[in-house]
Amino acid sequence: MEETNELTLEKLAVGDYATVVTIKGEGQVRRRLFDMGITPGAEIYLRKKAPLGDPIEINIRGYELTLRKVEANAVVVKRKVVK
Amino acid sequence: MKKFALAGNPNCGKTTLFNALTGSTAYVGNWPGVTVDKREGYYKKLDETLDIVDLPGIYSLSPYTPEEVISRNFILDEKPDCVINIIDATNLERNLYLTTQLLEIDVPIVIALNMMDAVEKNGQEINVPELEKRFRVPIVPISALKSKNLDSLMKKAYQASKEKRTGYTVLAETSVKSLIEQLTDQFKKKGVDNPLFHAIKLAELDELEVKNHPELVEDVNKAKETFSDPTFGNDFEAVIADARYKFISSRIEGLRKQISLDNKNVKKDKKTGVLLSKSDRIDKILTNKYAGIPIFIAILFLIFHLTFSENFLFFGGLFEAKGIPTNFEGVPIVEGLFYTDAGINSPGVMLANLLNGFTDWLSSLASQGLENANVESWASGFIVDGVLAGLFSVMSFLPQILVLFLFFSILEDSGYMARVAFILDRIFRRFGLSGRAFLPMIMGFGCSVPAMINTRTLADANERTATIRVIPFFSCGAKLPILTAIAGCLANMMGFGNADVITLSMYLLGMLTAIVAVLIMRNTVMRGDIPPFIMELPTYHLPQFKALMIHLWDKLKHFVKKAFTIILVSCILIWAICHLSWNWTYLEDSQINESIIASLGMFVRPIFTPLGFGSQLSSTWGWVFVVAAITGLIAKENVIGTFGILAACIVSTFDPEADPDGIEAVYIMIQNTGITTAGLIAFIAFNMLTIPCFAAVSTAKSELPDHKFKGTLVFWVVTSYIVSSTIYLIGNWWWTLFIILPLFGVAAYGIYYYNKRHPIKKDA
Repeated sequence: MEETNELTLEKLAVGDYATVVTIKGEGQVRRRLFDMGITPGAEIYLRKKAPLGDPIEINIRGYELTLRKVEANAVVVKRKVVK
Repeated sequence: MKKFALAGNPNCGKTTLFNALTGSTAYVGNWPGVTVDKREGYYKKLDETLDIVDLPGIYSLSPYTPEEVISRNFILDEKPDCVINIIDATNLERNLYLTTQLLEIDVPIVIALNMMDAVEKNGQEINVPELEKRFRVPIVPISALKSKNLDSLMKKAYQASKEKRTGYTVLAETSVKSLIEQLTDQFKKKGVDNPLFHAIKLAELDELEVKNHPELVEDVNKAKETFSDPTFGNDFEAVIADARYKFISSRIEGLRKQISLDNKNVKKDKKTGVLLSKSDRIDKILTNKYAGIPIFIAILFLIFHLTFSENFLFFGGLFEAKGIPTNFEGVPIVEGLFYTDAGINSPGVMLANLLNGFTDWLSSLASQGLENANVESWASGFIVDGVLAGLFSVMSFLPQILVLFLFFSILEDSGYMARVAFILDRIFRRFGLSGRAFLPMIMGFGCSVPAMINTRTLADANERTATIRVIPFFSCGAKLPILTAIAGCLANMMGFGNADVITLSMYLLGMLTAIVAVLIMRNTVMRGDIPPFIMELPTYHLPQFKALMIHLWDKLKHFVKKAFTIILVSCILIWAICHLSWNWTYLEDSQINESIIASLGMFVRPIFTPLGFGSQLSSTWGWVFVVAAITGLIAKENVIGTFGILAACIVSTFDPEADPDGIEAVYIMIQNTGITTAGLIAFIAFNMLTIPCFAAVSTAKSELPDHKFKGTLVFWVVTSYIVSSTIYLIGNWWWTLFIILPLFGVAAYGIYYYNKRHPIKKDA
């Protein structure tokens, strides 16, 4: 397993695994992301995108969470490449 | 009496536990955020009766949405004797995040590890004694759904409530330790309760703490100057949230074990090798990229078809043509139960027919009996045409209301509704709402009152106001009789067998109006950012039969209660003013045109001329629509109730020979008023969109901010007036389309142009 460069969450492809690096921005949305368990080190699996391409559905800490691409843009992740 | 609070994440089973403990029948759904207000019940199995308070589900004690504030204030201010923290055992990490915050409050806590049955089913095991040791509070594994281990939970909680507990924090060994200690001391000096909790919230610069203790903010800012975290710098909010999750991950490590390997629930995806649970596999189809939206539309259509269609599965007159004889010709109550010449009845229609057959039989028995007993004609008229006709015409739609409601409950209970929000968010956003607003809107199909209360899950004030205003456009159960009766009448007039298509399109019209109205509001009086959409998607599960029956039973109780109180009284009043003239003399049925109600109707009706049911109708009976619409302001069932009474009184004047019953009489009356199809559709639209019933209006008043209520009333009147008159004009004179469309176009462009010239000032 090898880790590639950092990118924001909404840029992942369906089926990608990644690790959260940090959360940008401020205010209520950021707080909500923390509360939902999106914190540094947490593992994310991008399960799918909604039929119209947005929002996205991720699996984090063992449950399914949906958020929009705009909100996912605040989440910086490191993609894992599964060999 | 001791007070116990139930706290936990949304959708972790709090309300199921509450119902199991107290024997209540509060509403449960598979959607995060069904409970938005606290509610109370009693637990009586111990020596002492306990007051149980069910708090709204929350992920955190931050103050961003109203329900978070409700839960937080309750625990801090009302000082319950014990907090039962319910945790979804299938999702330990996120659920324990709230626990780490609750632990900081000086209150006895017991953790109820819920959904242990689901954990077992997945072939897993959790080391509860070790977890208990690591979190230093009693933990009881339970299954709220199967009522397992609840007695032992309550015993432990009762035990815990006898001792004081001092809060502790999981942040004690982190970099923010000294700041927290310093602030805690400050709060202790001031004599504030729960100093630790307040200290940590203040370190996070929580809005409520900053407002209540501005003098301590300086300390936090000073600490910020010298603090630096490798990832988050001096952002304490981030550092603290991160530390909580790190603590949890380290503490639950090794406590979950996969004990059985042959887990039938989980399968490997052939292409990607990812493990998929049954829920994931169902989800793959239902929210599929291509099929997701068509499936949603198909499900919606199927539901309406099963409930309303008189041409089930489009078999047409198959049974009739084949000469299948047994349709109970000539047998009272069940005659024409299964099919008509238009086609086979759907289950919803069959049930409705059965009830109608029964009520028709009852009223004919009653009128026979009264005749035999030589009762005065006014008295028998009062009972048969006033009370029974009014009540029965409303009741006749009960089966369809229940069937429709059952289907919606199944969708919600299974977890599909949350996925619909996921599918539709992209569309909702275009209108300035989030997919979250979808649940209160869908609840509006049942009843506007709980739907408006449910908007408390929406964090954005503008989104809330806009949603509350359009909720009545999602036609509720009480409006259903109007839709179905008039749709039936329309189908009759147009010689068209599928009343369900008309009903469904009226529902769609309501939804379309809601969307357009929100769009206009969000672009004019309520401009602002689109609220965020960050939502948990619950696991699918089979709907619980018990829960479904509870939903139906509640709905039935509510309906019957309403029928025998407000609707009954309205029916009696309406019958009375139908048969009294202004100088208080009794009028026969045939003199109804001299009655109070007729003259009132005639007086008001010019206002409704542009809508197609005003002055242009027959001068003898044309006032019935106006009268019905006005009585609908008390309760929407009254619209059809009024029709029922009026029809029963006057139908014999059209054709003295015929003696049609119930809804048939209403059809004949409507057709004799000379109303056009466009006018009838406009009439439905008006009733659907105008000021809702009294109960919904008062709910709106209490849920809306004060200065928004009057505007909301005006909004309802104006919207219904514009939509109905547009329908009438275009429906009757199609060429008016070429005048109306450009008008709307110009208005839309005007708004667009104005907004372009006046961009929203962004807050820094």
